[in-house]
Amino acid sequence: MAGLLNVSVSPHVRSSESVEKIMWTVVACLVPPLLLSVFVFGIQVLLIAGVSVISCMAVEAISQKALGRPVTVKDGSAALTGMLMAFVIPPGVSFLLPILGAVMAIYIGKHLLGGIGYNIFNPALLGRAFLLATFPVAMTTAWLVPLTDGAIFSYFNSGVDAVTTATPLAVMKEQGMDAFRQQFGAPSEIYASFFLGWRPGCIGETSGLLIVLGGLYLMWRRYITWHIPVSLLGTIGLLTWVFGGETLFTGDPLLAILTGGALLGAFYMATDYVTSPSSKTGQMVYGAGIGALTVLIRLKGGYPEGICYAILLMNPLSTVLDNWFKPKRFAPPIGGEK
Amino acid sequence: MAPTLTFPKGGVHPPESKKLTENLAVEVMPLPAELEIILGQHIGAPCAATVAKRAEVSEGDLIGEVSKGLGVPLHAPASGKVKAVGNSGHPVRVSAPSVTITVDQEAPDKQYQPRDWQNDTSQELLKRVHDAGIIGIGGAGFPTHVKLKPPSDNPVDTLLLNGAECEPYITADHRAMLEMAPEIVEGAKILLKILGITNCVIGIENNKPDAIKMMTDAANGTAGDGFSITVQPLEVKYPQGSEKQLIQAITGRKVPAMALPSAVGVVVHNVSTTKAVYDAVVLEKPLVEKVVTISGKGINRPANLLVKVGTKLIDIVEFCGGVKPDLSRVVMGGPMMGFAVSDLNIPISKTTSSVLFLTDEEIDANPLSACIRCGWCLDACPMGLEPKEIGVFVEGNRAEDTEQFGVFECFECGSCAYVCPAKRPLVQFVRLAKMKAKRS
Repeated sequence: MAGLLNVSVSPHVRSSESVEKIMWTVVACLVPPLLLSVFVFGIQVLLIAGVSVISCMAVEAISQKALGRPVTVKDGSAALTGMLMAFVIPPGVSFLLPILGAVMAIYIGKHLLGGIGYNIFNPALLGRAFLLATFPVAMTTAWLVPLTDGAIFSYFNSGVDAVTTATPLAVMKEQGMDAFRQQFGAPSEIYASFFLGWRPGCIGETSGLLIVLGGLYLMWRRYITWHIPVSLLGTIGLLTWVFGGETLFTGDPLLAILTGGALLGAFYMATDYVTSPSSKTGQMVYGAGIGALTVLIRLKGGYPEGICYAILLMNPLSTVLDNWFKPKRFAPPIGGEK
Repeated sequence: MAPTLTFPKGGVHPPESKKLTENLAVEVMPLPAELEIILGQHIGAPCAATVAKRAEVSEGDLIGEVSKGLGVPLHAPASGKVKAVGNSGHPVRVSAPSVTITVDQEAPDKQYQPRDWQNDTSQELLKRVHDAGIIGIGGAGFPTHVKLKPPSDNPVDTLLLNGAECEPYITADHRAMLEMAPEIVEGAKILLKILGITNCVIGIENNKPDAIKMMTDAANGTAGDGFSITVQPLEVKYPQGSEKQLIQAITGRKVPAMALPSAVGVVVHNVSTTKAVYDAVVLEKPLVEKVVTISGKGINRPANLLVKVGTKLIDIVEFCGGVKPDLSRVVMGGPMMGFAVSDLNIPISKTTSSVLFLTDEEIDANPLSACIRCGWCLDACPMGLEPKEIGVFVEGNRAEDTEQFGVFECFECGSCAYVCPAKRPLVQFVRLAKMKAKRS
């Protein structure tokens, strides 16, 4: 034992959790809904997701190299952004869209704003918002019709362009509840088919069941807590019940939670560590704020779905909320704070 | 058994790693050839040496004294000859003034006879505690006699004995409670008499059921003496042994920021310190030795050793069969709050409760990455502080502005850094922040 021993600062033992482990676990939780979407919409979905993930990781590596920062692409945060972005764009779009979205999300939205930990907006949603503004037609019409069982390769082989159809929320908004019922069936059938995933929409909008299961798994691992999902979905349900019907208190809260990206937003987007408050009270206010803005946009705004913009609008308030809702100190000094 | 209590806010559950030594009885380590006794062992001004080079000393002789402030005297841990009054390696200060004694291996062991202390006045008892050089040997090093003289405007009604031993690996207090329960309880009675109160609660985490039983039996033996001494089992949670957390767990009282426990009518002493009080008063034996846990996967023979203050780590390593090739860190103190040392020529002090020889598999020295604002540190902090903000401010060269996040209330337990997935050295950020914020 010649020479001096290495030293390091306390604590010398640390928990086995790491950023890498968290990010890749969340990515893994998104795999089951992705696979179900492949089954429902065809292999195109897998290609879109693959392009999105790979371009986000590539943009991350190139951005970090170009900006002279350590390359941390292995930590999985860019892969997660890619996965989430694929979940919120229509599966029938051109491959160019996720590539452009990745540049917006990762280079501009993340690294030009300081890199991981310092970005103000959720990168995946920033990518989607950018695509929605630049490719409004593709981003609102390139939905795929659910395939019949086992026909996952039929669309891919047919060589036809994306079959355009309308999402449930769009039908509800533009054609009214009657048309909606005509197209998607009685309430009981709707709940079941929406929960399991047989309806047009983004990958992340299709299977509520798998999204919720993944979210519950993340809660069990203590990667996320109930505060944001519960306050967010609770607010959407409550406000839709009050204002979402033809008269007050006749809205359908369950339908509101099952449609659009509410579940994906609540469990995976709004819970993004970097862009959400750290304090539990702040998280509940944040979740409720997103829920309220979502309902406002859905009912009064120009878009059928509002959770993407609702989250982006609440993102910059995270630090403000953390400043308002500070953790409670153990005990103040005698005579109060200075 | 009484219900298990704990403190409500924050805390973490690191692997306990106590199996390595918890069943090993305390072993007396033979005298090493040389002892280096650091003059500043306690909080407060260090002692000045009262012996010169080449002086002959016997065990228990005064070798250092402090004229002002909080300090306590220092005694020769063994008989021998003063080799030097110079400097020794120190885990934190790198180098510190010390007295080196060449041990006389032939000198007969000093014998101590128990005496009856019941007739001593509380003033006499307090003087004995001071004169025996007793300080908080759980780690803090605060002079015990000062804690026993709470300010007169804060009447104290409860004495808490800290047997939580919440740091992983360490089993020194555990073994002391198993092997010296009657002495600890007798020591508690002495402390109660000095404080002029009758109520004492001994807090022990319930991962030490045998110690809870031994201490309960010993405490029950005192029924009828006019004292109420009880054992309170505690849930296993780090940092239960922190004074403020322990007081809250047992009494529900919260010590205000920047205040002493006496502000809420409580005085806390470690169980091993209490044993030292017993030695000082009943045996008239100064604090010159202590039980130290030698553990970790990097040492060949883990042990609970009774060593003389001033024993160098290198001698302990030799006695414990040497280190293993995959040794990575040597830590004085627990793995959560202890200090890694750079060489083995550093002596044990009165406050060393363990020396850990940790391998790469046991430690985590992964490099830090940026804060991802997960907020786990907020949930882990037992004081309700904001470690993540302190870290970001220190990185942004704004350490002076961290007082708003409670940096001075931080006692550096390391819970935040333990849970941080970005492996940020939050305790080190706090230390830097404290230094710079104090200066500004």
